[in-house]
Amino acid sequence: MSFGPFLLLALLEGTVMAAVLALTAVGLSLVFGVMRVVNVAHGEFFMLGAVGAWFITYYLPLPPGLAWLVALIIAPLVVGAIAALADVTILKRLKYDPEATIVATIGLLYILQQAALTFYGPDARPVEPPFSLRLQFPWFGYSGYKLFVVAAAGAILLAVWLFMTRTKAGLVMRATQVDMETARAFGINVDRVYAGTFALGAALAAAAAVLIVPIQQAHYLMGHDPLLLSFIVVIIGGLGSIRGTLIAALLIGLSDGVISMFFSPTLAKIIATLLVAMVLVFRPQGLFGARA
Amino acid sequence: MTTNMTGFAPSRRTLLKGAGAGLLASAFAPPVWAQSAPIKLGFQLHRTGIGAAYGRWYERTAQAALKVVNDGGGINGRPVEIVFEDDGTDPKRGAEVVEKLVSQHNCDLIFGPLFSHVVIGSAPRAGELKVPYLVCSEGYHVASGMLNRWTMQPGITDVRAQVSSMAPWVLANLGKKVTMVFPDYAFGHDHRDFFSAAVKAGGGEIVGLIAVPPTETSFTRYLPQIPAETEVLYHVMVGPAVLTFVKELGEFYGSGPRPQIFGFIDSLEAVDTASPGLEFLEGTHFWEGHNRVKQADAPDYETTYRAAVGVDDNGASVSDAKDVSTYAHMFSVWETLHVIKAGMEASGYQGVGDRQKFVEAVEAMTDMPAGLAHVQGDKKFNGKTHQVFGHQFISQVQGGKLMRVHTTSLEDGMYEDAVDYSTQSF
Repeated sequence: MSFGPFLLLALLEGTVMAAVLALTAVGLSLVFGVMRVVNVAHGEFFMLGAVGAWFITYYLPLPPGLAWLVALIIAPLVVGAIAALADVTILKRLKYDPEATIVATIGLLYILQQAALTFYGPDARPVEPPFSLRLQFPWFGYSGYKLFVVAAAGAILLAVWLFMTRTKAGLVMRATQVDMETARAFGINVDRVYAGTFALGAALAAAAAVLIVPIQQAHYLMGHDPLLLSFIVVIIGGLGSIRGTLIAALLIGLSDGVISMFFSPTLAKIIATLLVAMVLVFRPQGLFGARA
Repeated sequence: MTTNMTGFAPSRRTLLKGAGAGLLASAFAPPVWAQSAPIKLGFQLHRTGIGAAYGRWYERTAQAALKVVNDGGGINGRPVEIVFEDDGTDPKRGAEVVEKLVSQHNCDLIFGPLFSHVVIGSAPRAGELKVPYLVCSEGYHVASGMLNRWTMQPGITDVRAQVSSMAPWVLANLGKKVTMVFPDYAFGHDHRDFFSAAVKAGGGEIVGLIAVPPTETSFTRYLPQIPAETEVLYHVMVGPAVLTFVKELGEFYGSGPRPQIFGFIDSLEAVDTASPGLEFLEGTHFWEGHNRVKQADAPDYETTYRAAVGVDDNGASVSDAKDVSTYAHMFSVWETLHVIKAGMEASGYQGVGDRQKFVEAVEAMTDMPAGLAHVQGDKKFNGKTHQVFGHQFISQVQGGKLMRVHTTSLEDGMYEDAVDYSTQSF
């Protein structure tokens, strides 16, 4: 294949990755920004979203496309509810102490993973895409569904941005992020904001997983990669900065696509990790983070 | 109302001590039943991790073979038991499982593991514990001399023999310029090394080698590395993402021109060939260790075997048509258990003291005729390299089903011995 088509495929793959990554990482960033909690179990919420999508599409007697749409709505809600429950029963009791919550979310990671292994099983199971459209370029074919993933992720991210900037709930969340004590003094129910934020973060990861599961398969160990990449993105973008997270997701996604295609996927991972180290050394607050 | 328990207030520490002492005592207790006891076989099972699809079917196959053996009077007149232990398809846990099966469960021997990195990680421990370790892993690591006298592979042909026996057919019928896509670990490296060698020996050329980590979940980015001049694309993939791999391959080529495709069924084990997105596989070829779809000329014992392991004529579970078996590999478990029976009976096996005699008895085996004990077909065992040689099948996808188009002979896969384990000390 010559250079032009090669680059086109690399950019397509990179964009799909960036979109899914942005959705997952924004959830992680939001949780850290508002609650100051480093959620190590974030990847497992992603996994739960995919597994939930499998259960819904498998057991709902609907045509595949419709069942998947239902999954896109129900799975994030269920995962969000599980996350809210985890917040109220675990994180709140630890008073959101940064060290304690890291250890607690590591524990949560294993609990969720092993629960999936017990109730869902060790197999990778496919979920049918809502539609199967193949785009045929002169040089190669490409899945139309993957482009739909980009559009859907963009729409969800836009909705999150509108929610954060245009609604009262978003305002309350931002107020809590800026100063929790003052927010409480003004009568904001910080407990509810925290539970809601944790649920929203998990629901975003779950939504990303429902989008990706027709491309990959639902598997109980699938949370590792999104967790690692989300951390890379969030550290580069600046913990807590939504804008930084989006830009970093685009940067990492596209560079991963291009480097993997022209060199090797392993090199792409090496470079991304190196970038994290460089950012931590020279700009610890991240590209767009505020100095702590 | 509260009950006053003065005089009986054990502290947590005393309780723990008591429990510990109890455990110790039970560990040292002599077995009550000495002679009439069942023969205990340990099964190192990939129940979880990347090999889980194989594990699910290996367990079913082992249970089915066990029933056949016990219904036929057991081994040396004793009933047989199998202790299954999950290794998570993880080499580190593999060695621990070997240890546990021998030390805690007192198994007479261990069999069953498939994934080559687990076998390579576990075999040294089996050698140290001096316990027979019968693997079903296809890797060349047994016959290469890398492992030890206690490790044997009597149930399935190794990759070296598989690929070198099929290479001439591929070159003659599909094309001479080959690109290989393979998983980047021991098993894939055997494919790379021996298929490349066989292609060169047959006058063909390897134009591309694409290694993919076995835990990879997205493959489109590897596919542009396939050179345009490729005439045959050779693919073998393992792990939970095999379906994604094959689907993305189909998307990549789409309706455009594509090379001939020759795959190892590993890329589609436990996956329905009629899955949406796999239509492009029509007309492509696959290696099969054992034909998933029941062929027209299937012998009677094949029918008996399918019924015993609960697989229908399409290769799926009789109770759930969506649960497709790992049919091309799982016969190795069935056949290995029958080799164990034959070896124990030939050596007059009585207990763990006879482990060495058992290994010697298996080493003495040569011809294994086709039948209910060897359902995949007749085989020849090489006692020096501890490796068995069998027939290989090439199938073509016709109407969404895998139909056999070529069978290799035993001689096609033979190669010179690289080791003589039978001269090594125990």
